[in-house]
Amino acid sequence: MSNTEKLLEVKDLHVSYGAIAAIKGIDLYVKKGEVVTILGANGAGKTTTLRTISGLLKPISGNIIFDGKDITQTPAHDIVSLGMSHSPEGRRVFGTLSVEENLMMGAYSLKKHDAKTLEWIYEILPRLKERRGQLAGTLSGGEQQMLAIGRAIMSKPKLLILDEPSLGLAPVLVKVIFKAIKQIANSGVTVLLVEQNAKAALRLANRGYVLELGKISHEGSSEELLNSETIQEAYLGKKK
Amino acid sequence: MDIFLQQIVNGLTIGSLYALVALGYTMVYGVMRLINFAHGDLVALSAFVGLTVYTQIFGEGITSLIAVVAVFMFTAVIVAVVGVLLERLAYRPLRTAPRLSAVVSALGAGLVIQNAVMLIWGPNMKIFPSEIFPSTIWAIGGIVVTFTQVMILGLSSALMVALYFFINRTKMGTAIRAVAIDQDAAKLMGINVNRIIMVIFIIGSALGAVAGLFIGAYYRGITFDMGWMYGLNAFVAAIMGGIGNIPGAMLGGLLLGLFNAMITGYISTQWAETFTFVLLIVILVFRPTGILGEKVAEKV
Repeated sequence: MSNTEKLLEVKDLHVSYGAIAAIKGIDLYVKKGEVVTILGANGAGKTTTLRTISGLLKPISGNIIFDGKDITQTPAHDIVSLGMSHSPEGRRVFGTLSVEENLMMGAYSLKKHDAKTLEWIYEILPRLKERRGQLAGTLSGGEQQMLAIGRAIMSKPKLLILDEPSLGLAPVLVKVIFKAIKQIANSGVTVLLVEQNAKAALRLANRGYVLELGKISHEGSSEELLNSETIQEAYLGKKK
Repeated sequence: MDIFLQQIVNGLTIGSLYALVALGYTMVYGVMRLINFAHGDLVALSAFVGLTVYTQIFGEGITSLIAVVAVFMFTAVIVAVVGVLLERLAYRPLRTAPRLSAVVSALGAGLVIQNAVMLIWGPNMKIFPSEIFPSTIWAIGGIVVTFTQVMILGLSSALMVALYFFINRTKMGTAIRAVAIDQDAAKLMGINVNRIIMVIFIIGSALGAVAGLFIGAYYRGITFDMGWMYGLNAFVAAIMGGIGNIPGAMLGGLLLGLFNAMITGYISTQWAETFTFVLLIVILVFRPTGILGEKVAEKV
């Protein structure tokens, strides 16, 4: 596989919170057009990895290469305009801004927001269109998650990073969210997905990584991971 | 009745000044959760900068619209630059430090500005030129309204309406609100938080500069340490309206101005400040989020 196919490459990444090492040398890559998932227990370092990739945290060593550029030291707000969008854990919508204003903030890095993208978001997540004038803080958790994803798409990213999009949602809403992610991936956006819902994530993804205590313990295609006994026991809830 | 109406006019005038200064406090607080205690001293600095610009560049005695506009523009730019430097030097290095450190830094920065004003312009009261505005006076019924008052009310209202539209209707204004809600999420939108903070300091300082010039034109006597009292009043106004809330600062300023004017008119000038702080205590006890408060709508 040639390097140019890799949209994102993370090399020997180390991240610490003060004296505590959270990420202890991980390597991963995402090829153009892929959906890649990172699985792992709470505290394994999934969110830290994503926050470092999008520039909110700076690593103590290692490199992050995005679309052929080394972005290890690039500030988060400049990474967005390179074509990376990160929908953070806990949705983090702007509560006192309206739904439409939130979407407009998603397009902040563009000179002018793209009307077609907005229309498309309203098409795949129609609930947002109904609630466009409402304050984001008054939406239900599921609607806020829809908004967080829609907002992340407004910048027309090459790579969409999603951190726990189904966290705390009712099963029926999890379905809606995963369907939307699938539509986004099918439209050509590369997706890096962190999920607690390992089964649903692996069904959607081409490949996956398993993170354990700041290190990658397993990696492989989704089928390999779905069929691996250790993975099944640890993350898919199957007993021997 | 005449006293009452007259005090309404006077109250709205000083209220507009408090509102202009309160906006600087509330905008910085909204974005950084920091009380910029040096803000009042920027207001005092503005009056002195304006005095020097007017007398040195245009020469005393010149009354022309162009000269007045130039004095306002020039002063606003200089004070905005000082405001930006203040943020760079006194607050940015402490962005991640405990909040108390930034408050102490703010108090220290205020003292630095205040003493710099004293060293440059001297410790004695200076008299702001009276001819900056025409001395026209209108007597309507038993009420007296001066040209300066009309200017203060008119320009302050215009600036506040402009600010309201800027914050609520423009992309930059929406970004300012987004940064006030969640800085990390704002960064993920591609918003340069440092630049937004710089814009906040430019706007806040420039509004403070306008207030400082008006204070000079209205009260005439300016002293290097007057920023503390005007700043504290405006701070009370910001708390009253709900700190962090922009319309709240405008409302709080006007209400505090009216309150002050009524105390001055019916009780005594000497007691005005005392009542102001009694009012502050009452607000903090019974409605600490202020009249409009910060909207709390986030659902988890």
